[in-house]
Amino acid sequence: MAGFILKRLLQAIFVILAVTLIVSFAVRLSGDPAVMLLSGGGNVTEQDLQNIRQALGLERPFHIQYLSFLQGIFVGDFGNSFMGATPVAALIAQALPATLLLAFVSLLISIALSVPLGIYAAVHRGRWPDQLIRILSLVGLSFPNFWLAIMLVLLFSIMLGILPPSGMEGPESFVMPALTMAIILTATNVRLVRTSMLETLSQQYIMVARSKGLRDNVVLYKHALRNSAIPLVTYIGLQFGNLIGSIVIVERVFNWPGMGTLAFDAISNRDYPVLQGTIAVLALFIVLINLVVDIAYGLIDPRIRTE
Amino acid sequence: MSDSTAKLSPQNEPLLSVRSLSVEFGTGQGPFKAVKDVSFDVRPGKTLAVVGESGSGKSVTSLAIMRLTDYTGGRIVGGEVLFRPDEAAAVDLVQAPDSKLRQIRGNDIAMIFQEPMTSLNPVFTIGNQIAETLILHEGLNMRDARLRARELLQKVRLPDADKLLDRYPHQLSGGMRQRVMIAMALACNPKLLIADEPTTALDVTIQAQILNIIRDLQAEMGTAVIFITHDMGVVAEMADDVVVMWKGEKVEQAPVREIFAAPKHPYTRALLSAVPRLGSLTGQPLPKRTPVMVIDGGEPKQVGDTHVQDTADYAKPILQVEKLTTRFDVGKTFFGRVTHRVHAVEEVSFDIYPGETLALVGESGSGKSTIGRTLQQLVEPTSGTVRFEGRDMAAMSQGERRRLRQQIQYIFQDPFASLDPRHTVGYSIAEPIVVHGLINDRKAIERRVHELLEQVGLQPQHAKRYPHEFSGGQRQRVCIARALASDPKLVIADESVSALDVSIQAQIVNLLMELQERRHLSYLFITHDMAVVEKISHRVAVMYLGQIVEIGTRQAIFENPRHSYTRKLLSAVPIADPERERAKMRIEGEIPSPVRPVGQEPAIHRMHEVEPGHWVAIEAEGLRGAA
Repeated sequence: MAGFILKRLLQAIFVILAVTLIVSFAVRLSGDPAVMLLSGGGNVTEQDLQNIRQALGLERPFHIQYLSFLQGIFVGDFGNSFMGATPVAALIAQALPATLLLAFVSLLISIALSVPLGIYAAVHRGRWPDQLIRILSLVGLSFPNFWLAIMLVLLFSIMLGILPPSGMEGPESFVMPALTMAIILTATNVRLVRTSMLETLSQQYIMVARSKGLRDNVVLYKHALRNSAIPLVTYIGLQFGNLIGSIVIVERVFNWPGMGTLAFDAISNRDYPVLQGTIAVLALFIVLINLVVDIAYGLIDPRIRTE
Repeated sequence: MSDSTAKLSPQNEPLLSVRSLSVEFGTGQGPFKAVKDVSFDVRPGKTLAVVGESGSGKSVTSLAIMRLTDYTGGRIVGGEVLFRPDEAAAVDLVQAPDSKLRQIRGNDIAMIFQEPMTSLNPVFTIGNQIAETLILHEGLNMRDARLRARELLQKVRLPDADKLLDRYPHQLSGGMRQRVMIAMALACNPKLLIADEPTTALDVTIQAQILNIIRDLQAEMGTAVIFITHDMGVVAEMADDVVVMWKGEKVEQAPVREIFAAPKHPYTRALLSAVPRLGSLTGQPLPKRTPVMVIDGGEPKQVGDTHVQDTADYAKPILQVEKLTTRFDVGKTFFGRVTHRVHAVEEVSFDIYPGETLALVGESGSGKSTIGRTLQQLVEPTSGTVRFEGRDMAAMSQGERRRLRQQIQYIFQDPFASLDPRHTVGYSIAEPIVVHGLINDRKAIERRVHELLEQVGLQPQHAKRYPHEFSGGQRQRVCIARALASDPKLVIADESVSALDVSIQAQIVNLLMELQERRHLSYLFITHDMAVVEKISHRVAVMYLGQIVEIGTRQAIFENPRHSYTRKLLSAVPIADPERERAKMRIEGEIPSPVRPVGQEPAIHRMHEVEPGHWVAIEAEGLRGAA
C-alpha cells in the first residue's frame, strides 16, 4: 500500500511538471503583459516597456523564468501578481476554499440525486420512470452551463428575488452555483448509476440476497450499491477535472471569489504568476482526488485490497 | 398415496404442492411461456429431482416457487404453489403478499444456486452474509449470529470456521463457496431447500463431497429438497422422486427407480439413452460409437449406428511431448521481482498416434488446458520439447510454426464465446482457409465451406447465418467445421462437449468419432468428464497438479486403475443407476493449489510400468494420505 501511494505521488510530480510547463509556455504566446499594464496610460515609450519587463523579470530566457517558478513552488512561493504585487500564494489561499467548497457541495448534491434516481431507473428498466429519468438526463446534458446559470439568476434573483444573484455570502448564495454544477453532473451520473446497477442486479448474488427474504431496499442499497460503486467512484474522480473546467465559467457568471475567477482574470490580464500558480494547484488537486479514488477502490472492494 | 390417507395423517401431506403452474416472460415477439401447466408434490423430508435440459423450464420453475421470477421479468400467469410448513392451512405463494413471502424466503424455504463463484456477494465477509439471514429471521444480535454462523460452517465441514467468518468470497475455492452457500441456506432450519444445479460448476471430487453434505444434513434436519439438475447420475444418487421436464412441460413423474427402470415418455427414454454411463464399455478394448435416440417431431428416433473405433495407427507417433513444463509468474514485489509461480505443467511426457484419441483428464488446476494451449502455440512452454511429425517445435522457423497452426486445430469449450457474433458462420469457417492461403478462388472457398457444413451435419445454406441463430449444439458443430477447415491432422478438443446437454453431447461425440474415422484425425481430448472419456478415447492420461499420475489404454485406466487419485476420480463420478449400491470411497479435501513460492519446486513423480503401456506414478507415503 505504501509502495502504491509512493508510486502515485511520483506520478503526481510528473503531471504537475508537465501541466505547468505547458501552461507557462502557452501563456507567453498570448502577448506582452507589459503592454497590458501600461495600456490606457497615455504616451508609452519603448523604454517604459523595457523597465516594466525588467521589473517583472520577463526579459530573462523562458527556461530561466520557468525554473525560478519551479524553485518557488518548493518553498510555497508562487511569486507576486503582476497586478498590485500581491503574493500569488495569498490569492490562492483566499480563492481555493471557495472553489473547493462549491465543488464538493455540487458533487454531494449530484450524488444525493443521481444514486436514488439511477437505482430507480434500473429497477424499472424499460418502463416509464426509466424513460422519464433518461429523457430528463438528456435534457440536463444538453444545457450549456452558462445558459443554465443565467436562467437560474433570471428566475430566482430577478423574477422571484429570493436568492442573491452573485457573490459568496451565506448559505443561500451557494444554491444557484451549486445547483448549476449539480444538474450537469447529475445528468451523466444518473446514467452511470443506472447502467452499473443494471449490471449488478443481473448478478447471481442479488438473487441470493432476495432468496434470503431481504427487503428490496436492503437488496438494492446494501448488496447492489456497493458493487456498483466502483465505476461510479472512478467516474467521479475523472469528472473532477471537468468539474474544475466548468467551475471557471460558473464562478464567472455568479462572480464567485474562487480559483476560476482568479484564473479567468489572470488570463485576461496576462498575469503569468497567478495563472501558473492556480493551474499548478488545481492540477495537484485533480491528481490527489484520483489518488483518493484509487485508495477508495480498496475500501469498497476487498478483491482489490488483497492484490 | 390416496387422498383419504393423506387427510388422516398430516405428516404424509405434501409439504409443497405445485398445481398447474404457468410462467410467462415478455419478449419482443410477445409473451413466451417458459413453464406450462406444471404440477408436482414435494413430500416432507424427501428429495424431488426436477430434470431436464437447457430451456426445459426447470430453473424457472424453481425460481417461481418462491416467486423470485418477479425479479427476472417473469410472470406467474396461472396455478398455485401451496406450502404447508406446519399444521396450519397451506399458503398459496402465488397469491401471498410480499411481506408474507419475505418471511418464508430464507426462513422456511431456502435456495442454493448453480454458480458458487457468483452467488456470494464479493464485498461482504462470509460471516456477515450468513449472519444476515439469522439476524433477519431469528432476530439474533450480531454476536450470537456469528456464533451460529460458525457452527453452520462446521456443519458443512469447513475447516477453520473461525477464520472463515472474516474471509471474503474471493479467498475461497468454488467448492468452499458452495459449502458456505449451503450453510447460509440451512441457517434457519428451512423445511424446504431448493437446489438449482448446485454441483454443475464443480469438479467431480468436490461434487461428491457436496452431495454427501446435502444428503447428510437433509437426514439430520429432515429438510425436503427440490434438486434441479440435468445430470442423471446425480438424480440416481440423490432423488426419491423424479419429475422430467421438456420444453416447459412436465412429461413424466415417478419414483426414481421406476424412471430409470421403465421410462414411459419418449423424451425420458431418449434422455436416458444419451446419458454416458461409466463402465458401459467394460471388457472392450476399443472405443465404440453407439446410436443416439433423439426426439424428432415428437417421435423417438435412432441416429447413427454401432461402430468400433479401430482407427489408431501405432507405427509412429504424430506428436511427441517430452518433459513439457509451463509455469506462469504471479505475485510480484514492488520492484517487479517474482514471488510466486503457477506450476501449471511439470515435466509432462506423452505421445499421440495418428487416428488416436488421447484423453487428458483432471480437475481444475491440473494443467490439462495449459498443455492444449501450449501445443496450439498460445502459450510459450518454460522447457521441454514438442515434436510434431518428428520435427522439434522450438527449432521451427516462423513459416513452419504457422504451418503447424494449420495442422493442429483447437475446439473450445464455450461455443457461444468462441464464434464472432458479428460475422456469418460461413465467414468464420472460411477464415482459416484464407489465413493459411489454402484455397484462393472465392467460389472454391464457398464450396469448401458448404462441404464442411455438411460434414458436421449442418446445411450449406447455414453459411449465411449468424451465430445467434443457432442452438448451442449447432454452434459447436460450426466450431468443429471451422477447426476442420484448415485440414488439420491433430485436433485439440478442450472440454468441447462439457457445456452441452447430454443428448446433444452424445451426438457431438459421435460426430467427432465419425470424423476421426473419415479423416484419420488424432484428438487430444481434454476433459473432466470420465464417462465421456470412456466412450471416446483410445488412451487416457490422468493429470493431477500439473503432472501425469497415470497413463495407459482406456481399458487399463478404467478397469485396472492403480494410482489413488485415478481411483478417487472414478469413484466420485455419479452413476446413472439408482439400483447400484456402491461401496463409496469417502472423499475429503480440496484440490491443492499449483501456485508455489519461487524456489519451492514441486517433486517430480517417477513413473513405473505396471503392464505394457500402462504407467503409474510411484506414490510417496505422504502423498497417498493426501490424495
